[in-house]
Amino acid sequence: MPTTLKYQEKDLKLVGTRPPRPDGVDKVTGRARFGADYNLPGQLIGKVLRSPHAHARIKSIDTAAALALPGVKAVVTRDDFAEMPDEMAAVGELMINFRDVTRNMMAREKALYDGHPVAAVAAVSESVARAALALIKVEFEVLPHVIDVVEAMQPGAPLLHEDQFTVGVKPKPERPSNIAKRLEFGRGDVAAGFAQAEVIVEREFNTKPVHQGYIEPQACLASYSADGQAELWTSTQGHFVFRAQCAKVLQMEVSKIRVTPTEIGGGFGGKNNIYNEALAIALSRKSNRPVKMVMTREEVFRGTGPTPGANVKVKLGCTRDGRITAAQAELNFQAGAFPGSPVNQASMCAFTRYDLANVQVVGNDVTVNRPKVAAYRAPGAPIAVFGVESVVDEMAKKLGIDPIEFRLKNAAKEGTQTYYGPRLGPIGYIQTLEAARAHAHYRAPLGPNQGRGVATGFWFNIGNETTCALNLQEDGTLTLMLGTIDVAGGSRAAMAMMVAEELGIEFERVRPVVGDTAALGFNFLTAGSRSTFASGMASVIAARQVIEKLRARVAKIREVPLEAVAWKDGQARPAEGGGAQFAPMTLAEIAKMAGKTGGTIAGHAEINAQGAGPGFGTHIVDVEVDRETGWIRILRYTVVQDVGKAIHPAYVEGQLQGGAAQGIGWALNEEYFYGDDGVLQNPGFLDYRMPVASDLPYIDTVIVEVPNPNHPYGVRGCGEVPIIAPMAAIANAVENAIGLRLFAQPFSPPRVLKAIEDAAAARD
Amino acid sequence: MARVVLSSALAPYTDGELELELDVTNVRQLFKALAERYPDLRDHLEAGIAVAIDNEIYQDALLQPIAPDSEVILITKIAGG
Amino acid sequence: MSRNHVSTTVNGDRVEFLCETGQTLLEALRDELRLTGTKEGCGTGDCGACSVTVDGRLVCACLMLAVEAEGKAIQTIEGMAAGEALHPLQKKFIEHAALQCGICTPGILIAARALLERNPDPSESEVRYWLAGNLCRCTGYHKIVDAVLDAAREMRGA
Repeated sequence: MPTTLKYQEKDLKLVGTRPPRPDGVDKVTGRARFGADYNLPGQLIGKVLRSPHAHARIKSIDTAAALALPGVKAVVTRDDFAEMPDEMAAVGELMINFRDVTRNMMAREKALYDGHPVAAVAAVSESVARAALALIKVEFEVLPHVIDVVEAMQPGAPLLHEDQFTVGVKPKPERPSNIAKRLEFGRGDVAAGFAQAEVIVEREFNTKPVHQGYIEPQACLASYSADGQAELWTSTQGHFVFRAQCAKVLQMEVSKIRVTPTEIGGGFGGKNNIYNEALAIALSRKSNRPVKMVMTREEVFRGTGPTPGANVKVKLGCTRDGRITAAQAELNFQAGAFPGSPVNQASMCAFTRYDLANVQVVGNDVTVNRPKVAAYRAPGAPIAVFGVESVVDEMAKKLGIDPIEFRLKNAAKEGTQTYYGPRLGPIGYIQTLEAARAHAHYRAPLGPNQGRGVATGFWFNIGNETTCALNLQEDGTLTLMLGTIDVAGGSRAAMAMMVAEELGIEFERVRPVVGDTAALGFNFLTAGSRSTFASGMASVIAARQVIEKLRARVAKIREVPLEAVAWKDGQARPAEGGGAQFAPMTLAEIAKMAGKTGGTIAGHAEINAQGAGPGFGTHIVDVEVDRETGWIRILRYTVVQDVGKAIHPAYVEGQLQGGAAQGIGWALNEEYFYGDDGVLQNPGFLDYRMPVASDLPYIDTVIVEVPNPNHPYGVRGCGEVPIIAPMAAIANAVENAIGLRLFAQPFSPPRVLKAIEDAAAARD
Repeated sequence: MARVVLSSALAPYTDGELELELDVTNVRQLFKALAERYPDLRDHLEAGIAVAIDNEIYQDALLQPIAPDSEVILITKIAGG
Repeated sequence: MSRNHVSTTVNGDRVEFLCETGQTLLEALRDELRLTGTKEGCGTGDCGACSVTVDGRLVCACLMLAVEAEGKAIQTIEGMAAGEALHPLQKKFIEHAALQCGICTPGILIAARALLERNPDPSESEVRYWLAGNLCRCTGYHKIVDAVLDAAREMRGA
């Protein structure tokens, strides 16, 4: 059975069209069930007690009064969870330090952030559970805390982990540090490169943490039975990964946990890790009843992982005619309470859009008293690119070169050597730049206080472990059992389209279903823009296997040699030059006879998909700046992106528009506000200001298709690239509008106003 | 002998050695040989390394063959969100 | 603590339920009546995922106490389709791919219907400002606005 299929250009009937998605009716009628929509008879409500301190030693936890409250059926604390050793363990493909996973889920020695879980209860109702939390007595020894990444890097800063010594530094440091890891990528000789440069631009940028902002808070329902088996329903991006993480922290066999993924109300990377799931299973085990745990929005902000806030330094050197001779960056990223920020990916994404001989990127992963960061759509890249694309823009302006022209002069293309290792394969970066330049948006007239900005983004995209099963039913329809979570509603449709295309049948005859962990072998989580690529690959492999079996079955039924049977347009027909004639058979006819001629016909695939194609995008944004209020209005926005092949263009457009909208929110208003006490001050949607419908214009999209040679339909992941460019594009547009460059995100009205006033004062 | 190039990010674990030739026929053998030669690299190999074999990137593909004239580049793994 | 008895009408059906004094209408709909189509995104009236209409008025069910539902007529997403026949807004949302994860969709549909009942021919700007109380994190609102304007066109018979 093949484990990979290369791209083949062919005439397409279904792929590239826009059929209605199979789960659409359920979602517009309220019938679809998300995490909090599941209930079991006799269920208890679970609630978490969270640390009110940003940093504190936990001296004791007294749960006696809570347990005694009528209606409380179970209480768990750190004593109910095993100590995990300091070692990386495999969870599917993620190597995770479970010492950190168990502590992020339930504090052990210390509370490391405002919101850190300290205990959890299960009770007959929400109000009893909340009353029980109030009865738990925790003795905290409050410690000094640190949140700002630059402050946390200083020697003498409050230390989160006394046993953390910076990895990647030689010789090994003698004193512990909040810098968990230092990494450095490079190529060539940056000193020589800067010496060659005729113009140098060097800038520093600061960003705040932002949250993925999924509208559905985490929700799960666990049911543990006395024979040691657990069932779990949860809103997740990866039910197999969640199963593995729960099994490890609870010291259960993986096969004893069955996870059913509910529909998911947004994830964007934030639902790649367990939070309440193992707590719910543990509470269910103790109480012998199902336990439902739904986070409030406040808990989502205080307790789940945002992106890092960061400090970024970028230096670029160029010749007068616009060739980059050297590029350098330092990325200092908050990791939150435990190591593991995406500073690695950010470092690899920072300059990859350019063909560079001399590059150096240094990254620091820094622990601070905030929740452990979680992935957020192209993790780390938007932050690094905010700095790099702003400096590129400043450089282009200094040299008097059009911003798109400047990028074209230095653009990466097929064969370009990256600074983190391999050479790039076929890519569409230049095509996106040219399409942007040719777009009417680039020539739209601009009025006073209006400006235009351009920025570009790159993301690797991944493949990973994927399985699926395709079964032919007695009536000639097929069920496609998928293991990748359908986060945005388009991938279910895309997989079914590819299968229907392969078999030459109507889209409606293939019913895609996302199964639970018992239905299939391991599937990695839906992240890294992988599902249409990897699950699509698996679906096509399974479909081709079904076709081979159909041919073999028809050969037997019609008593002709296998070579005489061809599959075309949904039917088995005599092959040209195949040497035998027979009456064609439709899928329905074969299916009707399948049971009596050998059994059900089915195909399946178990692969670790390799060869994901990187994605590149170019964004153009027009803004208007109100000099009196500091308000930035988005006038026009265009996203151009190479997606390899748009299986279902409407959902690809949706990814481009949605990612751009998140990037715009990141740029304009989103940030975490902390008090001097390290407590989060805006854990709600009123003061954590995400874009609403009236903040945005129509977002125009241009789909570029440079096929990925490693996928049968040429698919590249597309979901992450669109969030990368907006921050820089908007900063560039503001500079173009009012001659003021912004170096601190978000560009909220008070900050912009202050920048305008400071600039005016500096002039006077 | 396959030509093996390590990403510059791995320099702290190999005392700065970033290029070598190894007689290996698949990724698993490659990791084993590297772990023996650079003990500091061992913990990072399974956790965080992908390989590009003749410019095709492979992640978690221990049995992927390496030809005698292949160029193999070690890079840090990628995840997404 | 004894619970309150509430009689009300939901989607045209007379219903009764028991609730604590402090429970919201959203909690009563979801947990007592098991109508889970209305969603909780924030519990503080900022995201609109819990949008319902009460005597024809668009409200956030999380900002209303369940006891206040006594004697009122409540409309939720479950009542939007007429049996198998989807409302034009529901059809247009599917046609235009105006939903991705779908968690905000019930609230947005209820809000959009309330708009079109008052203003059958809204401009793009009017649609955007009316829906400003409904957060969507997936779509960037582009296809939602298109779907609402297209549904309005169809409902006007234009």
